[in-house]
Amino acid sequence: MLRTFRIGGIHPPENKLSAGKKITGLAIPKQVIIPLSQHIGAPAQAVIKKGDPVKVGALLAKAGGFVSANIHSPVSGKVNKIDNALDASGYKRPAIYIDVEGDEWEETIDRSETLVKECSLSSKEIVDKVAAAGIVGLGGATFPTQVKLMPPPGSKAEIIIINAIECEPYLTSDHSLMMEKAEQILVGVTLLMKAVNVTKAVIGIENNKPDAIARMQQLAKEYNGIEIMPLKVQYPQGGEKQLIDAVIRRQVKSGALPISAGAVVQNVGTAYAVYEAVMKNKPLFERVVTVTGKAVANPSNFLVRLGTPISTLIEAAGGIPENTGKIIGGGPMMGKALISPEVPVTKGSSGVLLITKEESVRKPVYDCIRCAKCVNVCPMGLNPAFLMKFTVFKDWEKAEAGYIQDCIECGSCSYTCPANRPLLDQIRLGKGKVMGIIRTRKS
Amino acid sequence: MENNLIVSPSPHIHGGDSICKNMYGVLIALVPAFLVSLYYFGLGALIVTATSVAVCILFEYLIQKFLMKKEPTICDGSAILTGVLLAFNLPSNLPIWIILIGALAAIGIGKMSFGGLGNNIFNPALVGRVFLLISFPAQMTTWPEVGQLTAYTDATTGATVLSLMNEGALDKLPTLVDMLIGKMGGSLGEVSALALLLGLAFMLWKKIITWQIPVSILATVFIFTGIMHLVNPLQYASPFVHLLSGGLMLGAIFMATDYVTSPMSKNGMLVYGVGIGVLTTVIRLFGSYPEGMSFAILIMNAFTPLINSYIKPKHFGGK
Amino acid sequence: MILIAVISLGAIGAVGAVFLYAASKKFEVYEDPRIAEVQEALPGANCGGCGYPGCGGFAAACVKADSLEGLLCPVGGAETMGKVAAILGMEAAGAEPMVAVVRCNGTCQARPNTNRYDGVASCAIASALYGGETNCTFGCLGYGDCVNACTFDAIHINPATGLAEVDEDKCTSCGACVKACPKSIIELRKKGPKSRRIFVSCVNKDKGAAARKACANACIGCGKCVKECPFEAITLENNVAYIDYRKCRLCRKCVAVCPTGAIHELNFPPRKEAAPAVEADKVKPATAKVEAKPATAPETITKEETTQK
Repeated sequence: MLRTFRIGGIHPPENKLSAGKKITGLAIPKQVIIPLSQHIGAPAQAVIKKGDPVKVGALLAKAGGFVSANIHSPVSGKVNKIDNALDASGYKRPAIYIDVEGDEWEETIDRSETLVKECSLSSKEIVDKVAAAGIVGLGGATFPTQVKLMPPPGSKAEIIIINAIECEPYLTSDHSLMMEKAEQILVGVTLLMKAVNVTKAVIGIENNKPDAIARMQQLAKEYNGIEIMPLKVQYPQGGEKQLIDAVIRRQVKSGALPISAGAVVQNVGTAYAVYEAVMKNKPLFERVVTVTGKAVANPSNFLVRLGTPISTLIEAAGGIPENTGKIIGGGPMMGKALISPEVPVTKGSSGVLLITKEESVRKPVYDCIRCAKCVNVCPMGLNPAFLMKFTVFKDWEKAEAGYIQDCIECGSCSYTCPANRPLLDQIRLGKGKVMGIIRTRKS
Repeated sequence: MENNLIVSPSPHIHGGDSICKNMYGVLIALVPAFLVSLYYFGLGALIVTATSVAVCILFEYLIQKFLMKKEPTICDGSAILTGVLLAFNLPSNLPIWIILIGALAAIGIGKMSFGGLGNNIFNPALVGRVFLLISFPAQMTTWPEVGQLTAYTDATTGATVLSLMNEGALDKLPTLVDMLIGKMGGSLGEVSALALLLGLAFMLWKKIITWQIPVSILATVFIFTGIMHLVNPLQYASPFVHLLSGGLMLGAIFMATDYVTSPMSKNGMLVYGVGIGVLTTVIRLFGSYPEGMSFAILIMNAFTPLINSYIKPKHFGGK
Repeated sequence: MILIAVISLGAIGAVGAVFLYAASKKFEVYEDPRIAEVQEALPGANCGGCGYPGCGGFAAACVKADSLEGLLCPVGGAETMGKVAAILGMEAAGAEPMVAVVRCNGTCQARPNTNRYDGVASCAIASALYGGETNCTFGCLGYGDCVNACTFDAIHINPATGLAEVDEDKCTSCGACVKACPKSIIELRKKGPKSRRIFVSCVNKDKGAAARKACANACIGCGKCVKECPFEAITLENNVAYIDYRKCRLCRKCVAVCPTGAIHELNFPPRKEAAPAVEADKVKPATAKVEAKPATAPETITKEETTQK
């Protein structure tokens, strides 16, 4: 019996069209746009100015606070300007425009393909290198990794859990990374273990990726303390709290951090980025992005420099199909619909999904029939129908009593609702309000 | 303008479930019970069911179109379902004009006066049925005997299992096998426990309902009547007779599980089911009415909002 | 028989009366009778515009307070506060009538859509998701959160422009729409003499070129109005001009120089002499709009009033 999380969950069609496709490099565009907010937390502060020449891997912007991350140049060339640019948030925010000239890398970066396993650094030095490289959670949440690697005083990590679930339909970037960079990922995991000083790590992989499970299991034998755990397919297993529940059978309490259950969760792509940063001195400036969709001519996994316009990726995968209604940054369940294909790839872009007009338009909404299907699928054990009602009537007290702040915005409720009710739209709004109320009460 | 991208909050895909699918799913689950009633009550069952469905649809359409002035939602199947469930709760020899009144009460009072599907407090079909039961007690409590295929209002009537039990004539009861397949007097849809259980299996398979409500009702009735049977086997019938008789199966599987009027959390459903089971047994054993299912469900319907606000789903990371 | 019934019922009644009397004496709560008087004088809409929970709460606060400084019923205005002051024997604090002003004039024509929103029709939800259906990420979304917030039916979305419009006769300046607008477009401004007022009808903080590209009516932050204003009432911050209504003397010079027509004047009589020929072209959109407003607005209002009566 394979493990999975114990409350709720759905099984959307997987549609992993680009599974098994090799990661291919993408030509560097003529200009890249690097938003200063590519992570959760304060925007980074630019350290270059207009006209400055930069090399690949040069620091462009420094972390703007404790929860923030450095940003490095993905290309070599000249800074064109620092101006507002439309990014995946749907708003215009400050970004650095760089005109590309050649492809000259910083000398410190080790560009060889040789696998480096030995590491003599202390845990503090590893965390510092991770912070310097500007690594953030690459699963999509983009939480700065070094913050997660420094457990708050009084808490102790017992286990590292590597999130290789990729439960979002369509996306295959983590899958392809595991197929091609398995050893590097495993070394990355050992580095993470050393950084938080634990002896045990579990890599959770859903059993719809048997090839990745087999490959990782075979290689993991050589690494002490790393276990590969196949998990039963169920969305949203990639949610941090759900994954911890599935792997170590502990449920993180409402409002608590995962570390309270003794777990530090990192994405598999993050583990790879940690390997590159620590062993190869390579900061985070490129990532694997899946470009996919039922009408896309050639669904692919690309290794992309950050700042590349998404239109370039779509072009490489065969162009925008005639009948495209929506372009989504990320997966269909939690991704963001983009206003324009000119939005740049950022650290959090795990995929680009194009869906047809018919699928894009929402169906008519009916009254709630209280069928309780949303209650049954909610992975946090909430009552989405009631939370939506409380939000509409602005009853924040009841919403808080119903744990609206625990919603992980996975979208299972809206996906399931037979009356097509926009449950998550309203709950997300209510969650924001209630969390604001909680914050003001605390301060 | 036409090629502008569409933007909306996540999720961007939908599972394809719809109210129609659920309603028609329940209707499919009711087919075996309908076939059995056709087999035992013939023409009468057909006329009553057809009338009830047609009139429910008509009333829903008229009320939505002319009183509420909105687009009628007949195609969602809820009016058809109310019609079928109402018919299943009626004797097969009921005159058409009474069915008409019942349908009006079900749709007009039970459903539309609250604002339509999703807003009603009580199960509409049961509102119709209880309305008729109180208004026309004679017609509503005389059931035709089985096997009169061509008879309608002229069918000869006979005693039902529950009326026999109420009179204390436990020795005249039909055999358990007859009760299981439905060879006994009663409302047209409630007689065959086997057909209804088939429907339950179908709905569980299609995930239209969960097991909590039917199982908790049936288990409660079984345990409660079982204890009473052990106390005094001469006065109280065996729990198996109680399970297979009257509207218990129909109520537990199709009426109590009505989405709108039942609780949403799993623990709430269990409380609701146990409540219905206890009330039904109390009315059957100690009340003046032989059958208590309808009243029990309506009473627990009234408690549903309370159950919903006090019994919440099991919260992730909670106690 | 009848006698027994009468006696027993009468006895029950008498016992009940004694009990109720005793209870009312024992549990009596003293309430300042002036609270009820003040509440009587208030409009009774319980809008919460004063910042207190309903009119009762406001009345209690007035009675409790030593002076009426800072206490204002925005709905009733000076007249109501005068009555309240008379009841309490205090000076009424002077308050100028205010009105809600929608600072966006990005009509459908001026601000073409660049994408289509398909979520819940709620400004709060749409603005949490992204900048909006046009390239202007600051402007009115037009899903009507302000309309839902208004308890006086004083603000509506004009289907022709897609913008919120305030019915100034109904507006009580309670501020509910100001709080409801996630884009902070609506502002409470001085109603002005004869309801005449001038304001910058744009909050776009983008640089001039970007703002202009997104919306033909946007404030591009050129600063002409700032230079023109003889009273230093206009400030330019984050590429958008703002007129301080406390300093503005309604001279209308800024309206004439605005190249995009982003500065609006309301309820002024039509200008007698035309502006100099060179500027006339540029000014045209602004004046056209301005002339249209006073011509239509009062008319429709009177119509509505007559139909209501």
